[in-house]
Amino acid sequence: MSKVRILAGTRKGAFILESDGKRDKWDVSGPHFAGWEMYHIKGSPADPNRIYASQSSGWFGQLVQRSNDGGKTWEPVDNKFVYDGTPGTHQWYDGTPHPWEFKRVWHFEPSHTDPDTVYAGVEDAAIFRTTDGGKSWQELPGLRNHSTGNKWQPGAGGLCLHTILLDPKNPKRIFIAISAAGAFRTDDGGQTWKPINKGLRSNYIPDPEAEIGHCVHHIALNGSRPDVLFMQKHWDVMRSDNAGDLWQNVNGNLPTDHVVYPQKDGTTKEADMKGFGFVIDVHTHEPETVYVVPIKSDSQHFPHNGALRVFRSRTGGNEWEPLTKGLPQKNCYVNVLRDAMAVDSLDKCGIYFGTTGGQVYASADAGDSWNALVHDLPPVLSVEVQTLS
Amino acid sequence: MIRVWLPAHLRTLAKVGSEVEVEVKGPVTVNSVLDAVETQYPMLQGTIRDHVTKQRRPYVRFFACEQDLSHDSTEMPLPDAVASGKEPFMIVGAIAGG
Repeated sequence: MSKVRILAGTRKGAFILESDGKRDKWDVSGPHFAGWEMYHIKGSPADPNRIYASQSSGWFGQLVQRSNDGGKTWEPVDNKFVYDGTPGTHQWYDGTPHPWEFKRVWHFEPSHTDPDTVYAGVEDAAIFRTTDGGKSWQELPGLRNHSTGNKWQPGAGGLCLHTILLDPKNPKRIFIAISAAGAFRTDDGGQTWKPINKGLRSNYIPDPEAEIGHCVHHIALNGSRPDVLFMQKHWDVMRSDNAGDLWQNVNGNLPTDHVVYPQKDGTTKEADMKGFGFVIDVHTHEPETVYVVPIKSDSQHFPHNGALRVFRSRTGGNEWEPLTKGLPQKNCYVNVLRDAMAVDSLDKCGIYFGTTGGQVYASADAGDSWNALVHDLPPVLSVEVQTLS
Repeated sequence: MIRVWLPAHLRTLAKVGSEVEVEVKGPVTVNSVLDAVETQYPMLQGTIRDHVTKQRRPYVRFFACEQDLSHDSTEMPLPDAVASGKEPFMIVGAIAGG
């Protein structure tokens, strides 16, 4: 019988939740690495017992942990992330040049085919790769050396490369996203990259349709159709049908916020805007079914009206339905961070997400109903799920 | 042997108790002691000082013989009591946060 394993990274350790395929009883283990920030934990699709975890602290920096037995035991592997060559500068918040400085790993993306090959998205934004199971890491410098690299500016959370998507049908193609530079794609295995931000509109930057500078929060795809991408941006949920070459807004009937934002000439402008949030994911078996968790405005970061609602579109965007059964509908002021949602591959598709309030919610029926598997973990930074046979 | 006191998280990482002993050949300095610690416990590389620049991480402090040595030259000889093993060289996680 199938099993499901959830890998939850929190501000104070990692937690592993396991269930059989019914997904109604869960065993919880942890905290692993108690007291450390666990930004992301992800298993290898090629060998589910191989798991990589990003462990960090403000005191002692970055560590990388590897498990070869499904998270029962761990060993530290190489934690040396050194930028290729002379790193140069990006822009600081005030527009001045700032040297690239490694701070932490935000995301690990293991290869679809080789458990020893893993990509790491780091802050300050760069992509690294190991091909020896984490014994050593090398930068793919073509991204950071892109002609726009010296203009990239950090978002509120830092200049972080937080999203890495490997095209399962084209091993040379990788999508990444950086806050707040935008989305980029390589079609040659990481040697060269191009911005894929056409169609995005961001009123909070001087040129709302600039080539770079958009605060992309997360991107998701369904592996059966990797040319179709869904993006959760600072504001707006977007969709691309051509691997990011052009995006279209699919906010549709998502909740609206009234926003005041500055103009180039020093005046302000008011607008009703939609689609602020961090997390986005796609149903495993229905590539037009998409999930987001709208959050109120870019200054409040909690659910509208204190009601935690997942919004599901079964039409690839534009038409959204709120999913509320089992979720708190009053006095709820948590957030769901960008890497804190995942889907399993069972039928019906399971959806999982973690909150900054320490809950991990699960739906075993594609979002129709939800249960809190745990209530009181530290703030959840990331959620990944493995479907085990 | 040089006695080195480690903060709790690094003890867990290195799977040791609060204090370890390392052998230092030549002058006993912050750098030579940390080189010895990192050789004996390679999982600690990068957690006390930067891999490349060898600069102390900002929230890590170095104490010995009731003195804060954090801002001293890392090539300066450590106190005789540390070099003789009478007193430990203490690597401390700074009191920070709320």
